[in-house]
Amino acid sequence: MASAEIRNKIFDTPETNYLNHTRGWKSWAFTLDHKRIGVMYLIGVTIALFLAGAFALVLRWHLFWFEGGFLSNEMYNQMFTLHGAIMVFSFIIPSVPAALGNFVLPMMIGAKDVAFPRMNLMSFYLWIAGTCCLAAAILSGYGLDTGWTFYTPYSIETSTGVIFATFGAFILGFSSIFTGLNFLVTVNTMRAPGQSWFKLPLFLWSLYATSIIQILATPVLGITLLMLIAERTMHIGIFDPKYGGDPVLFQHFFWFYSHPAVYIMILPAMGVISELISVYSQKRIFGYSFIAFSSVAIALLGFLVWGHHMFTSGQSPMVTLIFSAITFTVAIPSAVKVFNWLATLYKGSILLNTPMCYALSFIFLFGIGGLTGLFLGALSTDIHLHDTYFVVAHFHFVMVGGTLTALLGGLFHWWPKMFGRMYNDMLGRISCFLVFAGFNLTFFPQFVMGSRGMPRRYASYDPEFQIFHQWSTFGASILGFGILMSFGVLLYAAFYGKRCGANPFKAASLEWQSSSPPDFHNFIHKPILHDPYDFDSQVYDKDLDTYIPRELADPKTVPPRREPVHH
Amino acid sequence: MNWLPSNLFVPLFAQQSTEDIAKIVSEMNNDTTTPMSAVERPADLSSNWLSSEFHFPEAASTFAVTGDYYSIDWLYMFVFWVCVVFFAGIVAAMVYFCVKYRRKDGVIDPQPSTSHNTALEIGWSVGPSFLLIIIFVVGAQGFFDMRIPRDDCEEIQVTASRWNWKFTYPDGDSSAELHLVNKQPTKLVMQSTDVLHSLYIPAFRQKVDVVPGRYTYFYVVPNKEGEYRLSCTEYCGDKHSQMRTLCKVHATPAARKASTQWIEAEYTPWENGERLYKINCSGCHNINKAGTGPAFAGLWGKTENLMKGTVKVDENYIRNSILYPQQDVVAGYGPISKMNSFKGKFTPEQLNYLIAFLKSPAEKPQDNDKPAEGTGEGEKNAEANTEVH
Repeated sequence: MASAEIRNKIFDTPETNYLNHTRGWKSWAFTLDHKRIGVMYLIGVTIALFLAGAFALVLRWHLFWFEGGFLSNEMYNQMFTLHGAIMVFSFIIPSVPAALGNFVLPMMIGAKDVAFPRMNLMSFYLWIAGTCCLAAAILSGYGLDTGWTFYTPYSIETSTGVIFATFGAFILGFSSIFTGLNFLVTVNTMRAPGQSWFKLPLFLWSLYATSIIQILATPVLGITLLMLIAERTMHIGIFDPKYGGDPVLFQHFFWFYSHPAVYIMILPAMGVISELISVYSQKRIFGYSFIAFSSVAIALLGFLVWGHHMFTSGQSPMVTLIFSAITFTVAIPSAVKVFNWLATLYKGSILLNTPMCYALSFIFLFGIGGLTGLFLGALSTDIHLHDTYFVVAHFHFVMVGGTLTALLGGLFHWWPKMFGRMYNDMLGRISCFLVFAGFNLTFFPQFVMGSRGMPRRYASYDPEFQIFHQWSTFGASILGFGILMSFGVLLYAAFYGKRCGANPFKAASLEWQSSSPPDFHNFIHKPILHDPYDFDSQVYDKDLDTYIPRELADPKTVPPRREPVHH
Repeated sequence: MNWLPSNLFVPLFAQQSTEDIAKIVSEMNNDTTTPMSAVERPADLSSNWLSSEFHFPEAASTFAVTGDYYSIDWLYMFVFWVCVVFFAGIVAAMVYFCVKYRRKDGVIDPQPSTSHNTALEIGWSVGPSFLLIIIFVVGAQGFFDMRIPRDDCEEIQVTASRWNWKFTYPDGDSSAELHLVNKQPTKLVMQSTDVLHSLYIPAFRQKVDVVPGRYTYFYVVPNKEGEYRLSCTEYCGDKHSQMRTLCKVHATPAARKASTQWIEAEYTPWENGERLYKINCSGCHNINKAGTGPAFAGLWGKTENLMKGTVKVDENYIRNSILYPQQDVVAGYGPISKMNSFKGKFTPEQLNYLIAFLKSPAEKPQDNDKPAEGTGEGEKNAEANTEVH
């Protein structure tokens, strides 16, 4: 039992923290601190989000009129390509792991930093270099009009900046591999003494599964893109039918990475949701091991389903049949997670604050995104729906309704830890509502127009679809405003928010035992390890106005442990 | 359940008359025929959104028969109901728990409850698998029906190129629109001359990619006469969204023949030229609006600015541009023209037809109505040569 003085030293808002212990741009540019790298990554991916989001709004307003609005076909094609490429390669893939994961992962295992801090910084600079290459495709004046999938032989023939852009994606791949490798080694070797695998927060299980995919699948993308560059410059004849190549082979290579990449995008988001649901229900997560192993199962099965992007490509029907069957097996671990989250809510003490609202939106939107995958996994219905707006709506429900919602929820959850200040919860919840409502209005009509036969990537379309596009455009505008507002609320809080204590949400994982914002060394005392979902291990301290571990609390005020629940 | 107001936002849309819309749609689609259904049919939101009529375009093939347990429409609605039931359950549980167990007055008071239950967890993992197996099996059954053509198929050759479709029938006729015979099992044997395309006819629920360097086939048994939209659904560049045409299902082979047959001797050179234009040129060249290539209206006789110098548009220039497109590239379309050479694809007569058409592409010349005089031999060769790709 510690004295009040020690408690204050450990948990009170410190004068120096990781944000201000050194100053000047060099102290940021050359930092090896995972927290600063995480914050820089966050700034970077947010810029990428706003850039690609602006493209999306331009596209949507262009499609407000059936004959197309104000873009030429060439401009439209470049815009949807850059929207997709920047969103996928520069935003979603690094968003949760590299921004939130970088900040939280070492602290969750009581470590001072990741295993390879220099590699971590390198990963960030590679991200900048890769994103600049993608942007250079725009600025060079050539643009890029292949779609983010770079399908051959179009990508071999087009006069736009394919080499710049694929080189950018190649570099971004290395950035992703470095992050993954770092996380794997860190979780394997640097866990706090006594922290077994089953005492890891589930966010770390999902990051671990993600990292496995990152280091196994991303090299395949790198090789594929290099071969594409070689095909463009030297006509080696591997993808180009003019030289005896096979364009469908490119699709196999591409999706061998890009389907697992879908799980790079969604698994970390699922990890965030597992944390939020249990903390804001103040209840041990239901079925810990099922959720943990479902992450691993998704990561492994994710490698075996790439062919479901190619049901209409003319691949052999037998192969198609097998891919369809394996695709359905991925549905099960995803469903298991959703059921477990619901069971966690049961008999909890549910706080409907901003992060929890985002978490509940996630369950709603990911529910739709996941269930509509059944239409696309089934062979005959996929033939009709493939490459229509149904597919567009489906993957936006998963990628935006899932990952972006989870990123925002995670930011609202860890923001007080990152900056030591609390946001305005009411404004946060309003932003969540706008994101939720705007998102549904944007993408729900797209399911209907897709099943009615509206193809993707069309700059103009038949008049009968106009009404759906108009709803969608209005929705996108609301969604864009909601996202802007949520970042506005967070940004305001980081500078002017009310100071908050070390653990305002009564969370039990280790990062909450540092001060807010954390010290440069993360912890100035040895954190006391509990089960990450044993919320009764934290008790309220009146002097500090925050929750602290029961072992450090004033013995006179510590309430007795609750009835031990069956574990 | 007609809860969706079908007139929402329609005022924005209704400012244009049907004729205006028809004109815009026709211009959008490279001046080729557009099914009136695509123009006239507003978004029909009045049908019951729990039925397949709401979710699908009209059904015109055997793959889309409602009520047939292996049809796409049936499976779609089956999966739809599975989703509705599961989703309603998930959201109902979520909302109920959030209301019932919400934190009151900031007092954290979770009630004791178990944190795992192996039987329950295995149950909800394995239980839904049975539904997944049903969906998989029915989907696979439907898929094989769509991929395995019957033996008595009529074969139609399809050539896709940026941004034209060309359909060649067993009797040697060819057209820019697809003409089928009702109830006739048909196999489209497809090839692409440039990049990936995909042939999609929503009313048939069928879609197959057209892959350069190999043949793919599209199998269908149409079962309803009418005009349907045919679109390209694999992104293929600038005018991907204009690579749309019409699929017409005729009652009898004779009716189809009347639409596809084209005897050059019976038409004026201008009409022959217009037909060649629709099949070969309209993908890139509109009549009135400059697109991937220059517009054709007003071209004849004018002095065109090239990348280097100028040229008067006459017979020689037109011939050169068709056979050697990289020679005289019009300013603004270079330095390398996107056009491929048509050398060897047109006979001398066909070049004459195209020139006749280009002299007045916007409207048919009035005073030139008598049939073209062709030598019998030349006509035959010309017809045969259109099949050379």
